[in-house]
Amino acid sequence: MRLAILDRGHHLGTKALLAVIRLVSRQPVVDAVKVVFYRPDFYGGGDLTHEAMRGPSSWSIGDRELMAAFVSKVNESQFCIAAHSATSGLWYGDHEKVVATLADVETAPIDEPLRATLRMLGKLTQAHNIDPEDVRSVLAQGVSRQQVEDALAVCLAFNITDRLAEAFDFSVASPAAMNAGARHLLKRGYR
Amino acid sequence: MTDITQLHRALVARVLDSDGTSPAKLRRAAFDNAGLSEPIRTLIGKVAYRAYSVTDEDVAAVRAAGLSEDQIFEIVVCAAIGQANRQYIGALAAVASATGEWDRQ
Repeated sequence: MRLAILDRGHHLGTKALLAVIRLVSRQPVVDAVKVVFYRPDFYGGGDLTHEAMRGPSSWSIGDRELMAAFVSKVNESQFCIAAHSATSGLWYGDHEKVVATLADVETAPIDEPLRATLRMLGKLTQAHNIDPEDVRSVLAQGVSRQQVEDALAVCLAFNITDRLAEAFDFSVASPAAMNAGARHLLKRGYR
Repeated sequence: MTDITQLHRALVARVLDSDGTSPAKLRRAAFDNAGLSEPIRTLIGKVAYRAYSVTDEDVAAVRAAGLSEDQIFEIVVCAAIGQANRQYIGALAAVASATGEWDRQ
């Protein structure tokens, strides 16, 4: 973590909460959690991320976690790739599917609507914009307008989070800690 | 259907308009990635376009220029939200355009 305040600058109540998390999970608190809990009255992005990732949607939680991992791959955020690959793989009960999607979205064993949607999110993240034609090619695969907007909400949340992860230099924790984090995200979400 | 409209609006308002340790004008400039001078310009430009390339030295240079850790936290958060926000707003416009045409077919 590049800023010491993000490691040690929390209010007393938050410090106590982080201690409880350490005790219950028996793992160090991952950097993403420390940032979300730092001055939540200023940043506090957890609510938006939670709604995008866990709010009602016809995309499954596994699909949205895969989108998060995919966007993070484009942004080259190692922490977020690891965290959301683990969470998506755990939800699907199929880690290989996640690995294959991040390796090559064109050949991955996923449904065409999801593939088309990931392509669109990849372009938006890489080029910072998409055209109506990009959206039409997703709709042509049977993806609804609402599904497109739900996917864009995930993309927004992770284009914020990935930038914070890299700028503040989140450490990729041990596999045991990342898996504990993934279980927590499936059980409790992001708030 | 997820609805992040209110949460999104509140997040942007919070980082730009709430009381921070850095001046609102500086937060706005970081959000817009515009009108900044060195060394802040380099740090914020990287956060917006290639956050993976931010280095300890980039942050140290901004600290040496007189910003506190809380101020650096704030402007980095603003830069991250600003760039993601521009992507999102543009994408929603593309969706509106595409579905308008789609509906007429």
